[in-house]
Amino acid sequence: MFNYFSCMSTSSLLFLISVLGIFLNQKNILVMLMSLEMMFLAISFNFIFSSIHLDDVVGQIFSLLILTVAAAESSIGLAILVVYYRIRNTITVELMNFMKG
Amino acid sequence: MYLLILILPLVGALISGFGGRLLGYKGANIFSIFCILLTTFLSFLVFYEIGFSGTTCYIFLSSWVNSGILTISWSFLFDSVTSIMLIVVTSISSLVHIYSVKYMETDPHRPRFMAYLEIFTFFMLVLITADNLVQMFLGWEGVGLASYLLINFWYTRLAANQSAIKALIVNRVGDFGLSLGILTIFWIFNTVDYATIFSLTPLFENYFLYFLGIEFHGITLIGIFLFIGAVGKSAQLGLHTWLPDAMEGPTPVSALIHAATMVTAGVFLLIRFSPLIEFSSTILFVLILFGSLTAFFAAMTGVFQHDLKKVIAYSTCSQLGYMVFACGMSCYDVSLFHLTNHAFFKALLFLSAGSVIHAVSNEQDMRRMGSLSKFLPLTYSLMLIGSLALAGFPFLTGFYSKDFILELTQTLSYSNLNSTYIAFACWLGNLSVFFTAYYSFRLIYLTFLNNTNLNRISYKLVHESTFLMSLPLIILGFGSLFVGYLLKDLFIGLGTDFWGPSILILPNHSNFVEAEWLPTLIKWLPFFLSIFGIILANIINLTSISSYIFHKFIKINSFFAFLTNKKWYWDILYNRLIVLPTLSFGYIISFKILDRGFIELLGPYGLTKLIPNWSQLILKLQTGQITHYLFFMILGLCFFSVSIIVNFTNYFHLFGIFFILFFFV
Repeated sequence: MFNYFSCMSTSSLLFLISVLGIFLNQKNILVMLMSLEMMFLAISFNFIFSSIHLDDVVGQIFSLLILTVAAAESSIGLAILVVYYRIRNTITVELMNFMKG
Repeated sequence: MYLLILILPLVGALISGFGGRLLGYKGANIFSIFCILLTTFLSFLVFYEIGFSGTTCYIFLSSWVNSGILTISWSFLFDSVTSIMLIVVTSISSLVHIYSVKYMETDPHRPRFMAYLEIFTFFMLVLITADNLVQMFLGWEGVGLASYLLINFWYTRLAANQSAIKALIVNRVGDFGLSLGILTIFWIFNTVDYATIFSLTPLFENYFLYFLGIEFHGITLIGIFLFIGAVGKSAQLGLHTWLPDAMEGPTPVSALIHAATMVTAGVFLLIRFSPLIEFSSTILFVLILFGSLTAFFAAMTGVFQHDLKKVIAYSTCSQLGYMVFACGMSCYDVSLFHLTNHAFFKALLFLSAGSVIHAVSNEQDMRRMGSLSKFLPLTYSLMLIGSLALAGFPFLTGFYSKDFILELTQTLSYSNLNSTYIAFACWLGNLSVFFTAYYSFRLIYLTFLNNTNLNRISYKLVHESTFLMSLPLIILGFGSLFVGYLLKDLFIGLGTDFWGPSILILPNHSNFVEAEWLPTLIKWLPFFLSIFGIILANIINLTSISSYIFHKFIKINSFFAFLTNKKWYWDILYNRLIVLPTLSFGYIISFKILDRGFIELLGPYGLTKLIPNWSQLILKLQTGQITHYLFFMILGLCFFSVSIIVNFTNYFHLFGIFFILFFFV
């Protein structure tokens, strides 16, 4: 049922798509956050597939940990986003350039 | 007694220099004259003891430098050459001291002047009494320094500054040669002591030195370097340009330094090194070549000079040429004889010229003088004596040395020895006799005998100088009359043993005996030539033939008149070809391109400019846009993955540091 290489390629593809989602998206910060979540997802998938393939439980433990970390991270990120929106009334990425060097 | 000769002028210089305020000008004058007179007296005693009693005195004072094989000591050598030079230096110097008391009477800085004269005498004595080269070099540089101070005595005058700097720098060119000579001597002989060098020289006759793959004959190389030193100090052709310009100093200075003493240091060096120079015929040839060319060039240049002192300066230059080519003919004793005689009559000429200048309200241009003979009978007669002695009039001082030099040139050109280049010296020397007689009498005519061109106000003020100025003149006048006759047998008499070991003439270079049996007509030749010069001067100044000839061939005559008046354009050529290119090289290449350009660009200035530029460039990468930051992150990630795959293991850390810097700048 689990063809290892197809699973790996799926998760890698997912990772690549999410990287491209961050990379190519120039406008919306929500999409970037979602892509970030997708990266976590891809990595979790990878851990789980590897754990099954290698018959080792550590990978699944890690994926559970990543799940919690990702949840915490997305909640903090969304909270920051909300604070940001409350102050500036916009969440457009292009206008976030106060930290110019 | 021997050391007192050296110490007294030094003490005199220090006390009249530093204590001039305490002593006052009278005290400084009296003290320095006392010192120099005592020195003169002692040097006459030395002359008696060394010269007549035939001893040689070495004095070892203390060690100076002891380093491995190099040992230099403070020690003094008094032999016959030294004793003669002592007489010349101290007597001329003391007369000049006495003379300048009156001459510098109205100058505000008399103690300083006396101190400079005295320090000059001291360094000259160090030069002539040294028994090793390094101590001699001390005196050599010291007289250069003293000449700078004395030429620049009136330091508020621009011309004096310029000519003093010129004298010092042109001398320094020669001094560089001399110091190379000392180093070469140390390289070959492993010592700088005269005695060791001279006794070892015959053993090194076939010694060759290899430098840059070229083979040099050791003794010739040393001789060339020493000769370069002598060229600078004795104003031979090539480095002669400083001597006429040095006339900017006060006249007693010109008499002391540029006639009698300092310029003779170069000739003295050649005479002192006769045991070395004798072993290289190349050097003798070079000496003859340069000496005779200098004699001829300077004598011809003197003909059209208008400055009273410059005529005499060129005459000095010309007579130094005689001395040098006498050295080149291996007649060192004749050269030293001429040096002694020349010191007397040239000091006489200079001091008389000073007297004339003093009388006509400091006018130096001969064209604005004339018919002074009635007003200055004493100066006139003394100057006539000096000029006749210079022209080699029979039985005056110049005759005994100068004519003998010319006879010696004739000897060699009539024998089979090295006839080609001696004939060269012979012709040039004889021509110079003609020119010498001509310009001496031109000087007499323009200054004393022709119609006056002086203005009425200064004409009323013309006066004979007082006793203190006349006394040295009279003594020098007697010297110019009798010194040559009195010292003839001692110096150049046939078979004189006066010189002892201090001058070496190889037997196959000695031609004294042949000179005695020349054809009579040949012996008369220099006399005829000088009489011809005197007659020509008479004709040109007494009749109007000369102006007729001048206007008939005005083109060619003015060409030659300009050529000689402008000193054959030597100064202009030097300025155009050497001085200005060197100065512009110093400004453009050394200063603008290297110092202020290249080195500063690589150094502080370039770095301070470079770092802000770079940081500005890197600052522009931080746009504040998240997307750009992400781009760099992912680019970095890709780069890392690629580098891991391709395995740049060696550069990995470098890349890492680079990227870390990149993101944290």
